[in-house]
Amino acid sequence: MSRISACFERLKKEGKTALIPYIAAGDPNLSVTVPLMHKMVDSGADLIELGVPFSDPSADGPTIQASMERALEQGISLLKVLDMVKSFRQDNTHTPIILMGYLNPVEHMGYPVFAEAAASAGVDGVLTVDLPPEEADDFIRLMRAHRLDSIFLLAPTTIEERIHKIAEYGSGFLYYVSLKGVTGSNTLNVKEVEQKLRKIRNITALPLGVGFGIKDADSAAAVAQVADAIVVGSAIIRKIEASPDNTAHIMQDIGDLLTEMRAGMDGTIPAT
Amino acid sequence: MSNSVDFSSIHWDEFPDNAGHFGVHGGCFAAETLMEAIDLLREAYFKLKGDPAFQAEFDADLKHYVGRPSPLYHAERWSRELGGAQIYLKREDLNHTGAHKINNTIGQALLAKYMGKTRIIAETGAGQHGVASATIAARLGLECVVYMGEVDVERQAPNVYRMKLLGAEVVPVTSGSKTLKDALNEAMRDWVTNVDDTFYIIGTVAGPHPYPLLVRDFQCVVGREARQQIVEQTGRMPDALVACVGGGSNAIGLFHPFLADQDVAIYGVEAAGDGLDTGRHAAPLCKGQPGVLHGNRTYLMDDDDGQIIETHSVSAGLDYPGVGPEHSWLKDIGRANYVAVTDDEALAAFHALTRIEGIIPALESSHALAYAMKLAPGLSRDQQIIVNLSGRGDKDINTVAALEGIVL
Repeated sequence: MSRISACFERLKKEGKTALIPYIAAGDPNLSVTVPLMHKMVDSGADLIELGVPFSDPSADGPTIQASMERALEQGISLLKVLDMVKSFRQDNTHTPIILMGYLNPVEHMGYPVFAEAAASAGVDGVLTVDLPPEEADDFIRLMRAHRLDSIFLLAPTTIEERIHKIAEYGSGFLYYVSLKGVTGSNTLNVKEVEQKLRKIRNITALPLGVGFGIKDADSAAAVAQVADAIVVGSAIIRKIEASPDNTAHIMQDIGDLLTEMRAGMDGTIPAT
Repeated sequence: MSNSVDFSSIHWDEFPDNAGHFGVHGGCFAAETLMEAIDLLREAYFKLKGDPAFQAEFDADLKHYVGRPSPLYHAERWSRELGGAQIYLKREDLNHTGAHKINNTIGQALLAKYMGKTRIIAETGAGQHGVASATIAARLGLECVVYMGEVDVERQAPNVYRMKLLGAEVVPVTSGSKTLKDALNEAMRDWVTNVDDTFYIIGTVAGPHPYPLLVRDFQCVVGREARQQIVEQTGRMPDALVACVGGGSNAIGLFHPFLADQDVAIYGVEAAGDGLDTGRHAAPLCKGQPGVLHGNRTYLMDDDDGQIIETHSVSAGLDYPGVGPEHSWLKDIGRANYVAVTDDEALAAFHALTRIEGIIPALESSHALAYAMKLAPGLSRDQQIIVNLSGRGDKDINTVAALEGIVL
């Protein structure tokens, strides 16, 4: 069983919803990322989504794009992201790490080289935003060969036929994008999310993460009632944005945010 | 032509395949959030493609609103000066709004109308596609938002004002390199967010399938007309075609109807900027490698980490790090030759055509003209070249004046 699946099994037994923070690797500088990952785990994160910065993140909103631009200015690269994972793994072998990014850096490295390098660095899953299942055969084959999970997105607009296909290609968990729009968008309707998740659960037994629009303890708690995992990205990155030159503040603020979310989520009735 | 591929055995209309692939290029590399919109667009397009009423409306608009067919003009004096092949200019600059872009925007706006969309969005570089989109939006009474890189907003001020006059909202894009690619990113974000009522009119033969296909179909009127016109005027086929390639829609429009004509040499001209060896250019086919950007696999300009790098060209419309996937495929199989000319060469051609033929060409089209200046002298006087004069240069006079130190 993959580290991701094992994590979801354990949480299910404990009656908990997974908390998955997202940060772009290298934002605001290269040295903060690994300590920040540890801090997030200490503050209640169960899995970590580590963003691989890309120059043209067209599915992300301004907050994450700016985060990626800051990281790229610091000289982040896919290879350096993998080094960060390797470094994180020296002190933590239990928290699953998912790389989230766009296809071109992976294409440039080459699928076989990437799959090998990601697996040996200690990556557990990969979410490539602009690689739909229809184009993913070669990629998935290599990911499976290296025991890496492929995480796919589901959208409010995804029709049933595609949910079947995506569930067939995906492993670890599926990431439901709870809003139309890009990352960092505003309002979230928990009722609608719940209805959609129910439909998805009729099709797949994979755990369901929900992201987009979760920004504080209340929204985390609300979504935690219906999801197996919540993903929080822009709200965390806004903490980096607020004090990019002060590492201590960043660690403190992000730690506090996750601690609040964790408390909010654990105070609720877990997903069934 | 020396090629190992037998082009007569290729069924050109079978490309792209059902999933949008031209060989390894093309495809549909889009985020899940866009998939439904893309699927609906594909269904609508394939239904309307064969619909006589839709085609008749498109053809009538091209004739009565755009002013088609555009002339094929024998640039006799210029040909004589160059001392070689006869140069014929496909006068897309004479279209309504001054460029080939309108052919495609009319087609896509009709699609939007048939699909019941009330709002259109577009990205633009030089501003020609933005103007063409704003124009058709005005005519159809649709809301129109045009995304344009901040750098381009500055260097194409007349077109920005034109779009505003036409009632469009022009949104300057300040992310990334603040040029065409960033405008495309921003338009995609808008589309994802407003997918219910919004139609995204992509301006070139790039993007996720079916865009490269449908834009090609709408632009092929250029090549079909040119093919008929050259035969009417000269009694024979051309020896070569030349068109500039940024995203490559004017080029595909001219090239595609000639692909099966093996004896017609095809030249796509990219922007070499300061020079192909300087790194400051916009020539992915000449200097890039395949990758994935903006929904399709194609030749790109990226760095060792797969990050898209900033391009440079004096021409805003060519200042793009990718290219339509069909061009990438035509390069791979050797059916078309891709070359590049520098800013200086393009400017020289801009002046040459203006002075010798009394036609002010767009800086984009000037790249094609500059290559024709190199090609023609090596051919004989009874050979003929068609150059796609894809747009007029009025929008560029500020840029050219500034380069020459003239304040208007």
